[in-house]
Amino acid sequence: MHFPSVFSSSTASPLPTLSDSAMDPPLPVSSSEPPKDIFSEPPADTFKDPLNKTSAEKAASGGLSKAQAAVPVKVAADEELDDLFSDSLGESGAAPVTDAKIAPLLDLGEEPQKSDVIKKDGNADLFKEPLGAMTKKPQGSLFTEAKSEAKAARPEQSNSAAADLFTEEAFTVTPVVAAAKSSVNTSSKTNGLHSDEEDLFAEATVELSLDSPHNDRRKREAAKPSAPAPSLSASASTSKPQPKTLEELEEEEKEDTFDLNISVTNPEKVGKSTTSLSMFRSKQFTVRRRFSDFLGLYEKLSEKHAQNGYIVPPPPEKSILGMTKVKVGKEDPSSAEFVERRRAALERYLHRVVSHPSLLQDPDVREFLEKEELPRAVSTQALSGAGFLKMINKATDAVSKMTIKMNESDVWFEEKLQEVESEDQQLRKLHAMVESLVNHRKELSVNTAMFAKSVAMLGSSEDNTALSRALSQLAEVEDRIEQLHQDQASNDFFIFAELLADYIRLLGAVRACFDQRMKAWQRWQDAQNMLQKKRETEAKLLWANKPDKLQQAKDEIVEWEAKVSQYEREFERVSATVRKEVIRFEKEKSRDFKKQIIRYLESLLQSQQQLIKYWEAFLPEAKAIA
Amino acid sequence: MGSNEDSAQSVNGSSIKITDVTQDGDTLTFAITSQKSSSSAGVCVFRTYEDFEWLQQGLFSQEDVPGLQGVIFPPLPSKPLPSTSLSQAKALKQLGFLALGDEWMIYCKALELYLQQVAAHTTLSKSKALYSFLNSSESPGKQCGKKGILNRLSQAMEEMRKEGHKDVDEFFQSERDSSTNLSALFKLSTEKFLDVVLNKQRLALACGHFSTSLHLCVNQDNPTAVAFSKICLKLSDIIEAVKINYEKVSDNDISTLGLGLDLESRYQEAKREMLFRRTCKLVELETANRNSERAKPNKKAIMEGVQKATQKEFDIISSVAKQEIEHYHRDRVSLLRDFLICWCEKQLSTARESSALLSQHLDACKKFAV
Repeated sequence: MHFPSVFSSSTASPLPTLSDSAMDPPLPVSSSEPPKDIFSEPPADTFKDPLNKTSAEKAASGGLSKAQAAVPVKVAADEELDDLFSDSLGESGAAPVTDAKIAPLLDLGEEPQKSDVIKKDGNADLFKEPLGAMTKKPQGSLFTEAKSEAKAARPEQSNSAAADLFTEEAFTVTPVVAAAKSSVNTSSKTNGLHSDEEDLFAEATVELSLDSPHNDRRKREAAKPSAPAPSLSASASTSKPQPKTLEELEEEEKEDTFDLNISVTNPEKVGKSTTSLSMFRSKQFTVRRRFSDFLGLYEKLSEKHAQNGYIVPPPPEKSILGMTKVKVGKEDPSSAEFVERRRAALERYLHRVVSHPSLLQDPDVREFLEKEELPRAVSTQALSGAGFLKMINKATDAVSKMTIKMNESDVWFEEKLQEVESEDQQLRKLHAMVESLVNHRKELSVNTAMFAKSVAMLGSSEDNTALSRALSQLAEVEDRIEQLHQDQASNDFFIFAELLADYIRLLGAVRACFDQRMKAWQRWQDAQNMLQKKRETEAKLLWANKPDKLQQAKDEIVEWEAKVSQYEREFERVSATVRKEVIRFEKEKSRDFKKQIIRYLESLLQSQQQLIKYWEAFLPEAKAIA
Repeated sequence: MGSNEDSAQSVNGSSIKITDVTQDGDTLTFAITSQKSSSSAGVCVFRTYEDFEWLQQGLFSQEDVPGLQGVIFPPLPSKPLPSTSLSQAKALKQLGFLALGDEWMIYCKALELYLQQVAAHTTLSKSKALYSFLNSSESPGKQCGKKGILNRLSQAMEEMRKEGHKDVDEFFQSERDSSTNLSALFKLSTEKFLDVVLNKQRLALACGHFSTSLHLCVNQDNPTAVAFSKICLKLSDIIEAVKINYEKVSDNDISTLGLGLDLESRYQEAKREMLFRRTCKLVELETANRNSERAKPNKKAIMEGVQKATQKEFDIISSVAKQEIEHYHRDRVSLLRDFLICWCEKQLSTARESSALLSQHLDACKKFAV
């Protein structure tokens, strides 16, 4: 099941392989990072839709469908996204979007194979072949190949140079549930199959990379076909088909043997007109990225957009402790948890970035997603947790130090800011509660295990046969229940704790954009003051009758008048952007939370049903005691 | 004691119920009702823990009962401590599962079982102490109990030394060995289970906090805030349901398996005590034998007399003990069986309820418009 790496194996060239990454696999919850990390280092986990839905193409579907499934959608231009989406929806006769807003696979079915789609600078060959091959080859082979390669051999698909490295290194830190339900999203056009399920990709291998001096160890791999996955964050409208591309991002550790495969679903839309509007040249691709690359991306986006009032999602934080553990090669649950947590956080981060209609247009984002090799991000130190926080604080302080009380013409902003502040507090409190819950569950799991052991000993010492048997059965039941507790703890964590943490960080970003607006206002005010001064100067000069300087004064007045009006426009613009962004953010938040709650409920329900099964199995055993 | 007297006195063991408990300061008073097997008239008496201790002592010190030391006495639960917050931890340490549950319910159940077991015992049920205890309107406990043959204090010192004394009878030796082993294991399991249950209670508490906090996230300012608030409230309800589930589960644990394990542990102890008493007698016998052999002619006759008497006692004790052990094995298995079945059934039913409720919540959530 899963992923048919659509493109994989079709050619000898680096094949994109689908990575299976389980979205929030039921891993032991990591408590390796104290909650403090999250907040003191704002660039922490970003929005991860735990349901990173990556629809893995079901191996079952035919080749075509797979191909389609794997095809990433091309992204249309910002404003046209809506139309494109609706169009593509219409065209592809997309299946009704489920609440997960799964984008039906774009109707790329037919098109993806077209070479134009595959144009990619330099990687054209890579993509072309797989794509082409993909459609022609029977699914089975692709997948089997892909699959078999997937685990340890993923790297092998990529540049061979990397292959060796990978095989050595790629060891599964946490064998995440492979191929969680894979849903096939196929373009309706071709075969009308739409799957709206959320797919979880299981990560076959996990690597972590820290900024390492020589990062050239790994080559970027060819992109893997990504299965479109329903993306949570619907861009503008709810009906938009969302992520079509699945990217695999892998980070490498320089000396280490960790391999982090992240599947990120990149919500791209398949537009009707694929050529002219396509921003992304290939449908699917896999690139390898270091953790520092993510930070670098954030830095770039922040520089460009924050001042315009956009809410730029913060990246996950750097955690020295966690990374050290991993580097040291400790194979204990907590380092596995850390790795998984980071992977999930990065996925969420990217997801939020690409679901933001404006950010998606940014060439840096595209470059990040597509380009084989990224120049090493510099000065990402600044973006380590503490650095980020400092940055935010500096900005906030600077603004507040301006003792100017902003003459708020629009009370909406003031109220909104207050809401944000109080919400921040609430979320922090909730987060603490959830952490406590998670810890108790983990404790319960440990205690249950100990109880199970003691009962097992009882069972083996007990003389009465039937009783002995029943006790042994009981021990087994309790063992299974322990697993349930563990899974539930992990769910609590990944579903709620991370969600809350993400939003706390996001609220920081929201505050930052309010600050930016303040700054814009300040600039405008300063310009006005300057203009006033220039006018006074002019008046003085007139009075003093110094004609030579007068002209200069007049020129300056004109200059400053222009500035004033420019800054005023900018301020208006930033205000409008902030307003729009905040509204969008709030909608996203509600959707996000709702989705997570449903997911949580489903997991609770499943847990209970398992429990029922266990009890039902035990009852006859108890009755059999004589 | 004529048979008429016997039947007049015999109580219907299963009719013994502790119907009420009241707390006055440090003292708990239990209301005990019972019926004689010959009539349907019920009697109700009020007893404190001291009265129970009196009863137990009375049972220990019955005369005219041959081989009394071979009897496995139903174990009396430890003294209940008043549950102030300071002594909560102490209570748990002393009483274990019996300290849990609402309003001493579990403790009462344990006392009830004790009385029922005494009344069901062929020898013990005939004791006058029991009759008095169940029927006398006066509280019997004020009398200073005779120090029975089973004065535990003096045993403490000897215990270590005699515990390991090799037995002459294979049956008993193996019983002693397995008793020691199983007793420790059951104790361990009971402790671990207690940890699990307490943990579940803590978890329920944490859920409660979470649920309450969610309730506070209500903001009615604008439509999106309202939507988000609704979501928070919904989650609050769900977490509340989780909390209630955990409470029920832990209640089930306490009232069935917890109680059962506790009882089993204490009964194991009672059995060990009986075996120890027999061992002590064995030691006494062997000493008497030695004395008899070494005795000088003038004392020999006396020694031999002592030896014969001791031998006789020992033999009776052993034969009573054997019977007791057989009953014990049978009874404890059926007791554990009942508790396990009850536990399983209750948990199953709770899980089903919870499942249905969660299902409802899930449906409601899916329909939620955001």
